[in-house]
Amino acid sequence: MKRILSLLVENEPGALSRVAGLFSARGYNIESLTVAPTEDESLSRMTIVTRGSDEVIEQITKQLNKLIDVVRLLDLTEGRHIERELLLLKVRAQGTDREEIKRLVDIFRGRIIDVDEETYTIELTGPGDKLNAFVAALPSAEVYEVVRSGVSGIARGDRALRL
Amino acid sequence: MELTGAQIVVQSLKDEGVDTVFGYPGGAALHIYDAFYAQEEVRHILVRHEQGATHAADGYARATGKPGVVLVTSGPGVTNTITGIATAYMDSIPMVILTAQVPTSLIGDDAFQEVDTFGITRPCVKHNYLVRDVKDLATTMKKAFFIANSGRPGPVVIDIPKDVTANKTEYLYPKTVQIRSYAPVKKGHSKQISRAAKLLLSAKRPIIYSGGGIILSGASSELTALVDMLGYPCTNTLMGLGGLTSDHPQFLGMLGMHGTYEANMAMYECDVMLAVGARFDDRVTGDLKNFSPHARIIHIDIDPASIGKNVRVEIPIVGDASVVLKQLVNAIRGSADQPDAESLGKWWEQIKQWQSRDSLGFETSTEVIKPQFVVQKLHEITGGDAFVTSDVGQHQMWAAQYYGFSNPRRWINSGGLGTMGFGLPAAIGVQLAHPEATVACVTGEASIMMCIQELSTCKQYDLPLKIVNLNNRYMGMVRQWQEFFYERRYSHSYMDSLPDFVDLAASFGHVGVKIEDPADVEDALREAIATKDELVFLDFITDQTENVYPMIAAGAGHNEMVLKPSPDGSKPPERELA
Repeated sequence: MKRILSLLVENEPGALSRVAGLFSARGYNIESLTVAPTEDESLSRMTIVTRGSDEVIEQITKQLNKLIDVVRLLDLTEGRHIERELLLLKVRAQGTDREEIKRLVDIFRGRIIDVDEETYTIELTGPGDKLNAFVAALPSAEVYEVVRSGVSGIARGDRALRL
Repeated sequence: MELTGAQIVVQSLKDEGVDTVFGYPGGAALHIYDAFYAQEEVRHILVRHEQGATHAADGYARATGKPGVVLVTSGPGVTNTITGIATAYMDSIPMVILTAQVPTSLIGDDAFQEVDTFGITRPCVKHNYLVRDVKDLATTMKKAFFIANSGRPGPVVIDIPKDVTANKTEYLYPKTVQIRSYAPVKKGHSKQISRAAKLLLSAKRPIIYSGGGIILSGASSELTALVDMLGYPCTNTLMGLGGLTSDHPQFLGMLGMHGTYEANMAMYECDVMLAVGARFDDRVTGDLKNFSPHARIIHIDIDPASIGKNVRVEIPIVGDASVVLKQLVNAIRGSADQPDAESLGKWWEQIKQWQSRDSLGFETSTEVIKPQFVVQKLHEITGGDAFVTSDVGQHQMWAAQYYGFSNPRRWINSGGLGTMGFGLPAAIGVQLAHPEATVACVTGEASIMMCIQELSTCKQYDLPLKIVNLNNRYMGMVRQWQEFFYERRYSHSYMDSLPDFVDLAASFGHVGVKIEDPADVEDALREAIATKDELVFLDFITDQTENVYPMIAAGAGHNEMVLKPSPDGSKPPERELA
């Protein structure tokens, strides 16, 4: 089952390699990993999407918590949460396709952020499955490039991951 | 006071109470070595290979409970330590490894003797640091010692570039250190303790299964108190030997792949298991699907990630073994329940029946030296209270099975990583920590060759080790597996062109003795142990065909033990003595 783990880690060189190394050394799945600084300059935020049985996920969270650089960890999927991912996509848009793709972008509430005679560059945010649905709706032969940011997530309500 | 980075390293070691450092100099480490030259409080032991330094520091740590300290140069100095660091990591041994690095301006340039120490050590350390600013050095030293020796202990590497050791800053060694993401729990959750006490007292067929955590936490007397109080049987893992004295009437011996029949059968048939400071390693559990099928399990461990990793646990208790066992003893004492004497009586009858199989019995011989016999004699002569280091293989299992340890921290071996070459340098660390003690290195002719150069270190520091070389001219455990599982195709498990160990010992300035007659074993051991001022290398020419029994094949269950040699009497081919 898919899990979204949110981590606060020490903003130290090497913290990312410790986390990535743990996943490869122990053979855990990693679907996406994002990392960025936080409002507290001593901390970075990591969001990891992984899959596994309950036992595997329990081991992953325990092993992550064991890393000295991991300060806090929250499994967002244990509660109500919001998942967002950014998609940047370049697609061939000529002739009648131009209108068609524009309509599709509107339906998915995306934006066309760059245009030339041949292509559209599209921006779309949402949960991963919405992005998947959008990409699937486009004629695949026409898609030049798909750039996805990996998942970011946050809990709903007053649940928060902070010090 | 302003000090250079190199002086800070040495001063921090003093302030940390370190008395011994094992090391080997080189270019990037020279400022630090210069600072060592100027003082006498911290003793530096010069080894002959950096792997030897790590094993020696490891042996020192296992024998004392204090962190072992290593100092090496950059590049090959570091790569040579990796086996030793990984060995310590697998067995949770506290160590601090100081590695010199090329100057910060050269890092990443493929400079001479540069290696990515941070990256190369990361998978086999509890934590590691690269110190880029001399101002961070003292605090990093403090943090490293704190992390290495608290919680589940382990090795910590500090990589120090050469310019950092030359730069100066005000020296202040912190008295304490706080790490916001690291606060190991010592005390067990009280509700879990009462649940555990209740389950333990309800047991009809209980077993206490304890491991290296008992040794690391110094929980031997607490374990003994619990075992005495409940009257339950207790088995130790390879790493836990000495946690309960081997002559305790409730001790069932070691469990696992080469454990006793009674220990493994009791594990298989038990209804309640108390696991403490043990991690359900594959060499202990065998086939997980077949592991203790009736057991309700209580697991005490300081590392939450060890609990529920391989085996489903009903009552997890996170905490330090000595603290939690004390809590548990108190909870049982305060409980209205009593152990079920009737069921326990029946359980012991069953266990006695298993014990009557005498699974460690072996045929003695007047013709050829049986390796088990050598270890038994060593036990008799030293009263079970010598420090015994070992390498890895058959001799290691025989030492574990037949030595019979009376006390914790006496049995020094590489359990997790299984590192051949560990025994001799580890014995160096042990002897330096306990100069008056008898330190025996039970080894084999294949293992001892892997760090043989350290005989030179032994000479330099007058270490009167007793090397008990069980020489069967084979990598015995490899040969045994090939006999059992590869139809006796002994592919490269022989030892050819061996040195004459008597001459070899002599050339290093030690005493060497070759023993071929079983009648000479006892005298040779007695004489060696009575020799207080010299290293004695005893080369016992042993039965080449001897196998380690009992045995559970990898992946088999505890109830599927092979107890004795196959009845067709087939033996592997004899090889000529080299």
